[in-house]
Amino acid sequence: MAASLRQLRGRIRSVQSIKKITRAMELIATSRIIKAQQRAQAAAPYARELTRAVSAVATFSNVEHPLTSEKDNPKTAAVLVVTSDRGLAGAYSSSVLRESERLAEKLRSEGKEVRTYVTGRKGVAYFHFRRRAIVDSWTGFSDTPTYDDARVIADALLETFLAEEESDVAVVDEVHVVYTRFVSMLRQQPTTIRLLPLEVVEGTEPPEEHEVLPLYEFEPSAADVLDALLPRYVTSRIYFCLLQASASELAARQRAMKSATDNAEDLIEKLSRTANQARQAGITQEISEIVGGVNALADATAGSE
Amino acid sequence: MADEVLHVELVAADRTVWSGEATMVIARTTEGDVGILPNHAPVLALLVDGVVEVTTDQKETWVAAVDAGFLSVADNRVSILSEHAEMSHEIDLEKARHDLERARSAGEQDDEAEEAVRRAQARIRAVEKST
Repeated sequence: MAASLRQLRGRIRSVQSIKKITRAMELIATSRIIKAQQRAQAAAPYARELTRAVSAVATFSNVEHPLTSEKDNPKTAAVLVVTSDRGLAGAYSSSVLRESERLAEKLRSEGKEVRTYVTGRKGVAYFHFRRRAIVDSWTGFSDTPTYDDARVIADALLETFLAEEESDVAVVDEVHVVYTRFVSMLRQQPTTIRLLPLEVVEGTEPPEEHEVLPLYEFEPSAADVLDALLPRYVTSRIYFCLLQASASELAARQRAMKSATDNAEDLIEKLSRTANQARQAGITQEISEIVGGVNALADATAGSE
Repeated sequence: MADEVLHVELVAADRTVWSGEATMVIARTTEGDVGILPNHAPVLALLVDGVVEVTTDQKETWVAAVDAGFLSVADNRVSILSEHAEMSHEIDLEKARHDLERARSAGEQDDEAEEAVRRAQARIRAVEKST
């Protein structure tokens, strides 16, 4: 026997307590996913109305806006990587980071300088460990992002995107976001979107034949309305990414914790088999010792008579 | 025209605050207060921090405090979008007053402080209007 019975019992106990912890984390993640999905649903009406309004303005005015116009010769690109604050979520953070590396590689091959923005402690730790520069990072809200968190991020990104060449704020010509899209409980897809410049805005569903977009009056003017709408639209897109990422993180954690619990169960079963064997072997040995002792005693007494 | 009603949706960034039928909506745009009645021409207007007043088809009036946002009217559908919106009964008057005090005492030089003051004032006004 490699390990003594006492050692085996100790290991079983520790695996059992690990199992309790992973089981608890699994249950917590499960209950939070439902909340995260509800939050994503609750945010949908705002995004929908905003998209309608933006497409209405975009359709009825030919206003050029800095947020929608492509720069002639893009040289720098900002990449926002959305990761989690906490680990124990399987490959969640590493797959987002891998996707972001791929994007950065692609951008560099196009001759653009990449500036990294990160949300989530895991991503910050990843870049710090490799001594790579991060322009800005935000942490502490990866499992319950609020709209205000999204706004802080959006403000920072918009500021660098709209900055003038001569100002002290670094200019970027493009903004990309890498986040994890929540496809289903079992599938989360690391996804890249280009946030800025905004692509031609289209409604969520194409208007039907008879449904013509109404001829809006704009107050104060179409340009002003667009000015106010587009930053909000950007914020709402980022908020959407954060919500998706939080749902994905919880789903990934739930799955990772479920397999950890299953593994712990397997391990406990295997260890208790070995422990039982060790116990049985100990008992057998004791019996054979007793029998041997009795026999020896019997032989001794038989010889003396 | 008595049977014409507006379908109103007051939407904040993270939830739908109120949605239902109404006969009149009053909101404050950057150009001044507007009243929307059924069959209003399509409009997209920017709102400032302030109070939105809605008379429902049950002849009840409710008031909400909204942050800067916008209002869109088309085909008797009114949507009011704002990053934060609160119905008057959800507002904690004490807290709003406290916020106002704090925002005022913090100094009003920068835009942010002024915004905080305006927001707190809007919330207090909403509560006062509804009572």
